[in-house]
Amino acid sequence: MWSWVAHRITGVTLFFFLFAHVVDTAMVRVSPEAYNIAVETYKNPVVGLMEVGLVAAVLFHAFNGIRIVLVDFWWQGARYQRQMMYGVVGLFLVLFLPFVWRHLTNVFGH
Amino acid sequence: MSLTSIPKPRTPYKAGKSNNFEMNAWLFMRGSGLLLVVLVIGHLFVNLWQGEGIQQIDFAFVAGKWASPFWQVWDLAMLWLAMLHGANGLRTIISDYATKGTTKFALKTVLYFATFVTVVLGTLVIFTFDPCIDPASTLEVCTNK
Repeated sequence: MWSWVAHRITGVTLFFFLFAHVVDTAMVRVSPEAYNIAVETYKNPVVGLMEVGLVAAVLFHAFNGIRIVLVDFWWQGARYQRQMMYGVVGLFLVLFLPFVWRHLTNVFGH
Repeated sequence: MSLTSIPKPRTPYKAGKSNNFEMNAWLFMRGSGLLLVVLVIGHLFVNLWQGEGIQQIDFAFVAGKWASPFWQVWDLAMLWLAMLHGANGLRTIISDYATKGTTKFALKTVLYFATFVTVVLGTLVIFTFDPCIDPASTLEVCTNK
């Protein structure tokens, strides 16, 4: 139930970000200066922290999505859905924690 | 006088020309989702983890990546799959929470319009990108001119 709620919330978040991301990338078609100004926003410390949240949303949505596929298609999927939830959380932490360190070093190290 | 033909009892139910749209949408979410796991996490790894991460991203970085058809195809696939996956997800959410028919229709119209415009914009950007509008470009295609 809660993984379903979280899957919806992270999904909507990522979809809305996608609109912004396509538009900021479209600035490469305007001029190098326009693009560099747009992408400079992403290097701002406050936005840098929001990117950590965005990557958290990507990782959760990705791994929980794989879990949903396994529940639907693997004959033992429904039986092991709880164990797979622990797998989602474990895999999430293994990738997310190093990323937080790496990304914040990049954002605040300049 | 015309008679409606009544099928015999126990005639198996035939869906006839039924619309499999919802079934296909359901399958698409799973298929595109698995591809997006690879595409998006790969995208984040190259752009945010490798090198100087977020600090390295500028026009030259994008030009360097899109000089290769590999990243053009990668980004195009990611754009289309992510937009359609997200649009279908939001379509489901609108169907679940909007109660009035007119609200549903209005929200879905906005959703489809925004999705269409964004997919077209992104596709045009990838296909018409010109790295040489940067006079300082050191890419071979630009310096050979």
